[in-house]
Amino acid sequence: MARKSGRIAAVTGNEAVAEALRQVNPDVSSAYPITPATDIMQRFTSFVSNGKVKTEMILVESEHSAMSGCIGASAAGGRVMTATSSQGLALMWEELFIASGNRLPIVMSLVNRALSAPLNIHGDHSDGMGARDCGWIQLWSENAQEAYDNTIQAFRIAEHMDIRLPVMVCMDGFIISHSIERIEYMEDDAVSKFVGEYKQLNPLLDLGHPVSYGPLILPDYYMEYRKAHDDVMSKVPGIVLNTANDFEKISGRKYGLFEAYRLDDAEIGLVILNSAAGTSKDVIDSFREKGIKAGLLKPRLFRPFPYEEIGNALKNLKAVCVLDRADAFGGSYGPLFIDIASSLYPYKDKPLLVNKIYGLGGRDYMPSHAELVLNELVEVAKTGKVKMIKEYIAVRE
Amino acid sequence: MKLKGWKDVNPGAVCTEAGSALQFKTGSWRAAYRPRWIEENCIQCLFCWAYCPDMAVNVKDGKMTGFNYDYCKGCGICALECPGKKGNKAIVMEEEGK
Repeated sequence: MARKSGRIAAVTGNEAVAEALRQVNPDVSSAYPITPATDIMQRFTSFVSNGKVKTEMILVESEHSAMSGCIGASAAGGRVMTATSSQGLALMWEELFIASGNRLPIVMSLVNRALSAPLNIHGDHSDGMGARDCGWIQLWSENAQEAYDNTIQAFRIAEHMDIRLPVMVCMDGFIISHSIERIEYMEDDAVSKFVGEYKQLNPLLDLGHPVSYGPLILPDYYMEYRKAHDDVMSKVPGIVLNTANDFEKISGRKYGLFEAYRLDDAEIGLVILNSAAGTSKDVIDSFREKGIKAGLLKPRLFRPFPYEEIGNALKNLKAVCVLDRADAFGGSYGPLFIDIASSLYPYKDKPLLVNKIYGLGGRDYMPSHAELVLNELVEVAKTGKVKMIKEYIAVRE
Repeated sequence: MKLKGWKDVNPGAVCTEAGSALQFKTGSWRAAYRPRWIEENCIQCLFCWAYCPDMAVNVKDGKMTGFNYDYCKGCGICALECPGKKGNKAIVMEEEGK
């Protein structure tokens, strides 16, 4: 199918996501404001007030209620979305498991922000990483364009009849949510055709077929439901790729489970999520110009983590640095590092790994930081020696 | 009842069948006491049937006919509520196994 050229606009990440939600036109939204995600729902509620969408907007008194409202509306049989950040996501904690355990295809925009205390409103991945094991699918986005594209694709992935799981679409707070970038929008009808008519599964409002949600499941069945959930997770990467193929046909923009940037013949590489990947790619280019074989891997589908595909993409490198914008206070490594190390575990020959914690609470990640890390990797690859596996960078002594 | 494997369970544990609680026999374990019906003291008020939190009281043609212990946890509410006849209870709690 020939693609129509989209509208070009200069907008913030939040504005782009709000526009995607307007085009998807969900049945119900239940939300509570929190910086830096507030702007998404503020824009969306004005679409509701101005009759641009048919969405039933439920304004609640907390994020716990926001997610509860989404769960009820989704179980009732509606297409549902919401947005949050940081403490808001933390307050949804128990409801996140209820949404995924009940297999409700809710889409949530997560504008990544540091967790308190100390109180901080800026971009950092501790909120999303805290929710990595709650049974949701997570897509991570480098910029406003990816956040817009991922939001649209998230509905198709979540609502796929083989999946029926909630999806979180992540982008960096302020760095992306509040910065203006060039973005290419799709036409309204292309988006509504892409997401399609919402298909219900066991809707509570089908009075001809009464159903109950949330029964007590005792030891005789609980494990079977968890195994079924795990099995569904294993089908997600295939559906994500199929959805990306269909999306490419109408948008011209290609997506995978992760982005491999100049990685094919690379000897050293960075693994990094979201906005900092953009900065790093420029530095990778300058290293390539110096004749150093550097590359980058940016995960997109973070949950379920495509261990096999990522391990395969990294196994031939000599040295890899995983950069984490969150720490896992387990006396071990950053959350992304732990998954990358696991994905390389099955291989006998694998790269030496280092882990840098960067950019917490919105601390700037500069090209000079990527340079320092890449220079260290050159040294690690040459000597075969790692001085320190995990280290905070750009932190004052 | 044969237990289903993980491939056969409903997505999200949604119950799609009305009245499926029938299949769940709550009386598979019981508190230390079980109710005994003494028919000659029964005035057929059906308080036991109304107060039973599960469905342990059998009623036929509008009359109490005894207990279904598959659904009895031995809570004793029926015995407590039973007005009996002239001060004599129609339901008494007796130790299990007696």
